[in-house]
Amino acid sequence: MNNTLFFRLDWISVLIYICLVSFGLLNIYSATYQQNILMSFNLSTVVGKQFWIFIGCVIISPFVLYIKSNFFEHLSYIFYAISILSLLGLFAFGQKISGATSWYTIGSLGLQPAEFTKITTALVVAKFLSGIQTDIRKRNYLFKILLLVFIPVILILLQPDPGSAFVFFGLFFVLMREGLDLKWLFFGLGLIVIFITTLVLNPLIVCLGIGLIIFIIYRLIKKSNNKLNPFLISLGACVCFSFSVDFIFNSVFEQRHRDRFNIILGLETDTKGIGYNINQSKIAIGSGGFSGKGYLNGTQTKGNFVPEQHTDYIFSTIGEEWGFLGSSLLICLFTLLIFRIIYRAEKQSNIFRRVYCYAFASMLFIHFFINIGMTLGLVPTVGIPLPFISYGGSSLMAFSLMLFIYLNFDSQRLL
Amino acid sequence: MIRKFVLLSFTLLSSLMFLVQLLSLQIFNQNYDELSLNNAVEKRPVYPPRGLIYDRNGILLVANQPVYDLMVIPEDIKVFDTLELISYLEISKEEIIKRLRNVKQFSSKRPSAISRQISKEKRALFQEKMWKYTGFYFQKKTIRDYTLPIASNILGYTSEINSAELKTKNDYDLGEMIGRQGIEKTYETILRGKKGFQFFQKDRFNRIIGSYEEGKYDSKPETGENITLTIDAELQTYGASLMQNKRGGIVAIEPLTGEVLALVTAPSYDPNLLVGNKRSKNFRTLVNDTIAKPLFDRGLQAEYSPGSPFKTLNALIALQENVITSQTIFSCNQGHFYAKGAFMKCHCQVGTRNNLLKGVYNSCNSYFAKTYAKIIGKDSTASFGLDRWKTHLEQFGLGNYLGYDLPIGKKGFIPGNSYYDRWYQKGRWGPSTIISNAIGQGEILTTPIQMANFTAAIANRGYYIKPHFKKLNNKILRDSLFNKSHTLIEARHFETVIEGMHQVVEKGTAKVAKIQGIEVCGKTGTAENFIRLNGEKTQLTDHSIFVAFAPKKNPKIALAVFVENGYWGARWAAPIASLMIEKYLNGKVKRTWLENRMLNGSLISEYMKPLSGMPFKINE
Repeated sequence: MNNTLFFRLDWISVLIYICLVSFGLLNIYSATYQQNILMSFNLSTVVGKQFWIFIGCVIISPFVLYIKSNFFEHLSYIFYAISILSLLGLFAFGQKISGATSWYTIGSLGLQPAEFTKITTALVVAKFLSGIQTDIRKRNYLFKILLLVFIPVILILLQPDPGSAFVFFGLFFVLMREGLDLKWLFFGLGLIVIFITTLVLNPLIVCLGIGLIIFIIYRLIKKSNNKLNPFLISLGACVCFSFSVDFIFNSVFEQRHRDRFNIILGLETDTKGIGYNINQSKIAIGSGGFSGKGYLNGTQTKGNFVPEQHTDYIFSTIGEEWGFLGSSLLICLFTLLIFRIIYRAEKQSNIFRRVYCYAFASMLFIHFFINIGMTLGLVPTVGIPLPFISYGGSSLMAFSLMLFIYLNFDSQRLL
Repeated sequence: MIRKFVLLSFTLLSSLMFLVQLLSLQIFNQNYDELSLNNAVEKRPVYPPRGLIYDRNGILLVANQPVYDLMVIPEDIKVFDTLELISYLEISKEEIIKRLRNVKQFSSKRPSAISRQISKEKRALFQEKMWKYTGFYFQKKTIRDYTLPIASNILGYTSEINSAELKTKNDYDLGEMIGRQGIEKTYETILRGKKGFQFFQKDRFNRIIGSYEEGKYDSKPETGENITLTIDAELQTYGASLMQNKRGGIVAIEPLTGEVLALVTAPSYDPNLLVGNKRSKNFRTLVNDTIAKPLFDRGLQAEYSPGSPFKTLNALIALQENVITSQTIFSCNQGHFYAKGAFMKCHCQVGTRNNLLKGVYNSCNSYFAKTYAKIIGKDSTASFGLDRWKTHLEQFGLGNYLGYDLPIGKKGFIPGNSYYDRWYQKGRWGPSTIISNAIGQGEILTTPIQMANFTAAIANRGYYIKPHFKKLNNKILRDSLFNKSHTLIEARHFETVIEGMHQVVEKGTAKVAKIQGIEVCGKTGTAENFIRLNGEKTQLTDHSIFVAFAPKKNPKIALAVFVENGYWGARWAAPIASLMIEKYLNGKVKRTWLENRMLNGSLISEYMKPLSGMPFKINE
């Protein structure tokens, strides 16, 4: 068994995992670096804590890898229930840290149940979708699965931790893969495009543009004797949405949310107040140049100009000290890992395992997209960590577990 | 199947988007480099000590001394002994609270000065207690140290640059020292040296957290160049002591080189007053003294009527213009009528017949009035004559800036056609209208340095070299910068006038200036002067004036002495000039009786007269 597992293991993913975590440790050390304090694995330092959590993950990895996938499949609802209970328990026993009740504190360690809920939700969605009768094209199934996803989302939003809640929208990709009508994809994309263009331009111009595009599409596919009605309806819907975006943005959103969007869209420049983080992060990354300023030599990093640099903004340290070379390599590693997981997931014949792997890849993607996009100033500020890299025990532990479960499922593919 | 590729393509697109953004931030946009440097690196200037200033004989006049600013980082302050600190700083409790509040308002994390320019002795007293004052430390600076209490008018002073000046001088930092007057200002670029820089890593609170890249980019400051002055410190000191309790100026020039040997103004002030933490208080006191005006350089800035020494120039012009010869004789009967009903007084006896030589050494007003009338009347119209006369004077450096290397000065005034045309209308004036110019009264104004300079031109028999204060040892540079400015008078015309000036000292108006073994040439002057007192033009006691050079052959020193309201030229100015010459040429003064009279003589009571508000007598 031992030998066989050894040969069946997805070593490429393991290798990427070890690279990412080690690189993360190096950069956490740099981001929290102070002169006269040597690299140490003392639990009192940030990097020491992260290191021992990594060791902990390595130690439990064999247990996770040896468990049969049936175990996860059968217990998925129980895991899910436990995690929902732990989210609920936060309201009673949680510790409020920087405005959000997201942590249980045990001694000096903090535990963030939302991170682990990502695993259990992925498992439960996989379990549900692997049901023989399940067909998400049917409304009642779709409704049920959305319910499964939205329970933790709402609980997390109540903490409030909108960043972590947003990650669950990655499961949209899973539904897409598993047969959700493609029109939803275009619908979703359309909404985003209209949302952004409305903010940047104004509703009137956007509506004219939409009208033009719909007219062209209609003329192109006219021959297949389409009726005019659906086009008119969608045009009407788009126009309504565009005008309502204007209203929603200005009256429903809070000022801080508006600010975040405005800064990303370049409608507002404010490098001292709300835009400070993004501006400093861009300065840090931009000043790295091609080959970076060298490890431990980042002036922005040393001066602590970018807040939360060892957690959410760790990528700015990487950009500054490792330059274009280091940061593009990191982006490639992430892309490779996500590709690898999707590639191996597609080979799964077992729906439960495939859906889980796919869910893992989707969540990884959301983290990757939001976090790096935010540090690069492309995506509005949403506070979520960069998996395997950012400091954060719960995050590292949860993502490691997710990866181990993926490795487990992947290794059982050919059994 | 399209579904399989949704997530794949999203991932791929995002990665590509990130790579493009990375390219644009890190490779194509160079601004971020600078932004991050501005942000995280502090460039801190290191000031070199200013160049030293020596006198012509290598005596150190201006050096540097360390002073200390007491710095404080508000957030590091622990409980401290307030009473001890305020008694040490000699300020009140309210004051220290106010200062700490201001400092904290600026930044609680960055250091700022709470007390400036503490002397090294005073710092030593406190240094041993510093351990009790967490958050406080001393920061060293250098300021000027003047070894002698003289020549403040020449040396100028330094002070911290202010924020208004910074707008035009972007090479300076706030708080940097800059030369304010005199040599310090003129030679600022030389004395200042080149500042170096140290680079420090900052954090986001602007705190220094260490050196940047182990000082890889740091540059060392280059010390300012030293300057040697043409001033003779001993002569300068002597001149200042002779002028004490008087107002006026002494300018001494080496005729051959144009080097200024002494520039004394009285009253003056000790340059050490404008150094250290008492600077602004002392400066205010000096500025506020609007009666004695110690900041006013009477050697350079005071415009006086030159009086009788001016006669020598009129004699030279008349000789050159061929309107008289050295043998021309004019008679004088205690003066003469220069126009109908207009009489100019003179001290000559009735029936005196003066030739040029006698005219000079007796300082005969009639002789020079008649001479002047001939100069002006030589041509068909007076304006032609006046033009020619003015051109001659301008060649002696009058009526305009001399171009010496100190930042202040006055043009003086030589009246021309346009001036008299405006006063009297065109063609309505003639030689007799402007006859006062003959004897150095009237509209003419000169500064003492201009007078010393034309005396040097006479001593040189026809040329002068631009007076200057910085000694150049490089002969080629010196010759190119300081070439001879020739007057329009031929050398042969000088001998009679110089002989006349020699006779002034030998048997004329200034026998007191005679020095055993030195042939002194000089000319006294006694100039009427007026002020406005309660809206009325009031005459004050005449100014005492003397110009001189010595020795007669190969002159080594030419000087002008001006003593305000000293009455006869021979009373104050001539003895002072003579003592200066003796001191400079012989190294010591034998005539101690004369020296004592000058050192102890005071004109304070004379200066108090117009201030007393009572009627007063002049020329006693």
